[in-house]
Amino acid sequence: MEFGIVSSGAYIPKHRLARSAIAAAHSWMAPALKAQAKGARAFCNFDEDSVTMAVEAVRDCLADGPERAGIEVLALASTTLPYADLSNAAIVAAAADLPKAIRTLESGGSQRAATSTLLQLLRGPACDTLLVASERPQARPASVQEMQSGAGAAALRLGCGDLVARFLGGASLAATLADHVRASDAEEGYFWEERWVRDEGYAKIAPRVIRAALEDAGIGIDDIDHFVMPSLLRQGAAVAARAVGFAGKMADDLAADGGHAGAAHGLLMLASVLESARPGERILLVGFGQGADALVFEATGRRPSSRGVSGALARRVETTDYLRLLSHYDRIELDWGMRAESPEKAALTNAWRAEGQLAAFKAGRCPACGAVQFPQLPCCVSPGCGTPRDRFAQASLADEPAKVLTYTADWLSYHPAPPLYVGFVQFENGARLYMETTDAAAEEMDVGVPVAMVFRIKRIDPRSGFRRYFWKATPQEP
Amino acid sequence: MATGIKDKVAIIGMGCSRFGERWDVGEDDLMAEAFDEALADAGIEKSRIEAAWLGSCMDAVNIGNSAIPASFALRMDGIPFTRVENMCATGTEALRGAAYAVASGAVDVALAIGAEKLKDTGYGGLPNPFKGTFNDLWFQIGSAPAGFAQLASGYRTRYQISKQDLKRALAHVSWKSHQNGALSPKAHLRKPVDMDTILNAPMIAEPLGLYDCCGVSDGAAAAIVTTPEIARTLGKVDMVTIKAIQLSISSGIESSTDQWDGSHVRNTRNAARKAYEEAGITDPRRQLDLMEVHDCFSITELVTMEDLFVSEEGRAVADVLDGFYDRDGVGVPCQVDGGLKCFGHPIGASGLRMAYENYSQLLGRAGERQIAGASLGLSHNLGGVPFQGIAAISILGLHG
Repeated sequence: MEFGIVSSGAYIPKHRLARSAIAAAHSWMAPALKAQAKGARAFCNFDEDSVTMAVEAVRDCLADGPERAGIEVLALASTTLPYADLSNAAIVAAAADLPKAIRTLESGGSQRAATSTLLQLLRGPACDTLLVASERPQARPASVQEMQSGAGAAALRLGCGDLVARFLGGASLAATLADHVRASDAEEGYFWEERWVRDEGYAKIAPRVIRAALEDAGIGIDDIDHFVMPSLLRQGAAVAARAVGFAGKMADDLAADGGHAGAAHGLLMLASVLESARPGERILLVGFGQGADALVFEATGRRPSSRGVSGALARRVETTDYLRLLSHYDRIELDWGMRAESPEKAALTNAWRAEGQLAAFKAGRCPACGAVQFPQLPCCVSPGCGTPRDRFAQASLADEPAKVLTYTADWLSYHPAPPLYVGFVQFENGARLYMETTDAAAEEMDVGVPVAMVFRIKRIDPRSGFRRYFWKATPQEP
Repeated sequence: MATGIKDKVAIIGMGCSRFGERWDVGEDDLMAEAFDEALADAGIEKSRIEAAWLGSCMDAVNIGNSAIPASFALRMDGIPFTRVENMCATGTEALRGAAYAVASGAVDVALAIGAEKLKDTGYGGLPNPFKGTFNDLWFQIGSAPAGFAQLASGYRTRYQISKQDLKRALAHVSWKSHQNGALSPKAHLRKPVDMDTILNAPMIAEPLGLYDCCGVSDGAAAAIVTTPEIARTLGKVDMVTIKAIQLSISSGIESSTDQWDGSHVRNTRNAARKAYEEAGITDPRRQLDLMEVHDCFSITELVTMEDLFVSEEGRAVADVLDGFYDRDGVGVPCQVDGGLKCFGHPIGASGLRMAYENYSQLLGRAGERQIAGASLGLSHNLGGVPFQGIAAISILGLHG
C-alpha cells in the first residue's frame, strides 16, 4: 500500500485584527505601514498557544479518517512552543486522546521545522503518523512582521489508507543564510534587509531544492498545478517560482484574512490546497529558512472532510482593538487590579492524578444508572446510586454536542478578555458542567446556544511557567 | 428517634457590632464589640460560658486559622473554642454548634460568635476562596455574583419572563431593602435609593447591577445560649428559643446531573422542609412574622421566596412587585433590618446578624423597624453558589 497523506486538519484563531488598526496606531512613527494595511490578521486569544492550536488542528484532522487507536507517532513542529523542557507533544497527545503507547517527537529551530519533519516522516518507515505544526509568532510592535504575522496550526495524518495525496518525491538543503535571527530566549526575530534575502535566498537556494525535488519525483515544473510556498517576505514565493519557470497560479498565501503562521504556514497552505485539489493535480510544497525543503504530491481527489482551513477562516470575529492584541501577547501590562493577584501555583501531583479526567475531558458513565458525570468522584452522583468510580465507562465530552443552560457575563472576576462568560453547559449525553466560555461575543450568548469544546489555557503560573490547560466552551459556528 | 432542638435552647443574650467599612477596627475589636453587648444583654459573668464557636470564613483576610485568635480577643481561657467555616452559612453554623452543645446537655452556657473583616483586601468585593488543588485545575467559578446570576437565566427561562420584567422585580427587592436599611442604626448602607438608580447602575454580572449586590462589610455578631430552665433561673421572662436550625449541602446533583434547571436553589428547599418540620410550621406564608434571608444578590432573595414556600412557584415576581415582602406590606416582611444588601455581609457574622434582628424583633426592641406582635422569625443563609452550596435556616420564636 502506498504511503501518503490520509487526512488534514487546520486551526486559525477566531480573532482578527484589521491591519488598518495596527497601521493607525503606529502612524505617528511609522506612516509607511499604511501601505500594508489591507485585510486582517489572525491573533491568539489570551488562552491560546501553540499547544492549544495544535490540539485543535489534530482534532480537526481526526474528524476525518480511520480510528485514532492506530496512531503510532505524533510529531509536533513549531518554533513557539510554550515549554523548552516539558513535552509539549505529550500534552497534545493526551488532550487529543491519542494512544498512550505513542512515539512523540518535537521539531523546531527554523521556519522549515514542519516541512523538514514531513519530508523525513515520508521517507521513513510507513506507519500511522500525525504531524502537526503550530505557531504563535511574536512580533515587535510597528514591525512589518506584526502586520504580516497571523497564527494557526495544521495537522496531517500520514498512512497507507485511502489517500488524499500521494508523495512523489522531495529534496532538502541546509544553508546558514541568516535571513533573520531569533535567539532561544528572545521573543521576536531580528530581520536582515529584505532585498538580500530575496536575491540570495528565495531566488537562489529555494530553486535548487525545487529542481532536485522535481527530479526526485520524476516530473517537470510544468506538471505542477499548485505552487505552495509560505513567505514572510512579500514576493518571496513569486521570486522562487519565477526562478524555476513556474507559470501557473500561486497557492493562496492566506494573508488576506489570516496572516503568516510561521513554521505552521506551509502545512496550512497545503491543507487549504488539499481541500480543493482535483484528482491527479500535482502540488509543490516549499519550506524556506536556512536552507529549503521541497516536496511533491499528487492529489487523489479525495477531499478531507474536516472543517479545514476554509472552516477555520469562516470562523472569525473582527476587531479594531489593537491594544487587545498587545495585551494578549504580553506586550503591554494593563492595570487588571488586585483581583488579578491570586496565587497561580498548581499542584503538579494533583495534575498527574487528574490527568485521566482532565486532559481528554473524560466523564464517567455509570454502568448502573447510566448517568454521565464530570468530574468523576469516588462514587456515582445520582441520588441513591453510589456505584464506585472504578466501574465507570469513560466518555469524552470533547466532541459531545452541548448547549448553554445558564450563563452570565461576569465583569467582576479577573479575566484577561472580559467579561468572563460563565455558566452551565448541558451535554446531550446528560453530563453538565459549570464552565468558562471563550471566543464569545455578547450577541452570540444566550440560553440554548449550541457550544463546542475547545482545549485552552486556564492559567499560567508566572513563577514556574506551568500552564494549566483545560476545556472551555465556545459558541458553535452555525 | 431524634426529636430536634425545638425549645431546648434559649438565646439569653445577643450582640451585633456596627457593620460597614470599619477602617478603625480589626476583627478582634469587632468580636469584642459584639461579645460585650451579648454578655451585657445576657447579664451573666463571662466565666459562665463553657464552650464557644467562632464562625469566620475567608482565609485571605481575617485573623488566621483556628479559634485561637478569637480566644485571645475575648480572653476566654481554657474552654473549648472551635472555629467553623461553611462559606456564607458560617454564622448559622456557629450558632448550631453552640445550640447543639446546650441541647445535648454537654454544657449549660455556650457562645456563638461570627466575625469577618473583609475590608482589609484593598479592593471591593470578596477575595477568591481557594477551591482545592483538584478543582483549581479545571473549575471556573467566576465571581459570586456570576454564580448567582445563573439563577436569573434559569428562572427567566423556566417561567418565560422577559429580561426587563425580571430586572424590575429585582430592583424592587433592592429598593425595599434600602428603605429598611435607612432605619437600621448599625447597618452599613443607610441611604434610600430610587428605582431608576438601581435599574441604571453599572453591570456586575448580567443581569445583576451594582445595586443588585449586597454590601461587602466588616462586622461581628454573637449569641449566648443556654437551656430555657437555666434562662428562667437567670430571671429571663420574655424568652426567645430556637425552634429549628437546619442545613442542607449539595452532593453534585445540581452541578453534575441534568436534574436541576437553574431556576431555584435545591438546598434551600431541603433545609426549609426540615426546618419547618422541626419547628412545627405548616403554613409559612401565614405563620412567619418576618424573614431575614440571604439576599447576597437580588435574584437570590427573589427565588428564595419560592424556595422557602412563601411564594408559590413562579409567583415571586408578582409577590415582590405587590409589596408582599415590604416592611409595611400585608405579607411577610423580609430584610427588615436592610438585609445583606444594606446591613452588610461580613460573611462569618451574617447568620448571627440575621438571628440578632429576629431576636430583637421578637423582644420588641427593633425601634422604628418594629413589626408589631412578631412571634416567629426565620433566617436563611446560602453558602457557596446556588448549584453547589449550603443552605442554613434557623427559626426563632417567643417561648411558650
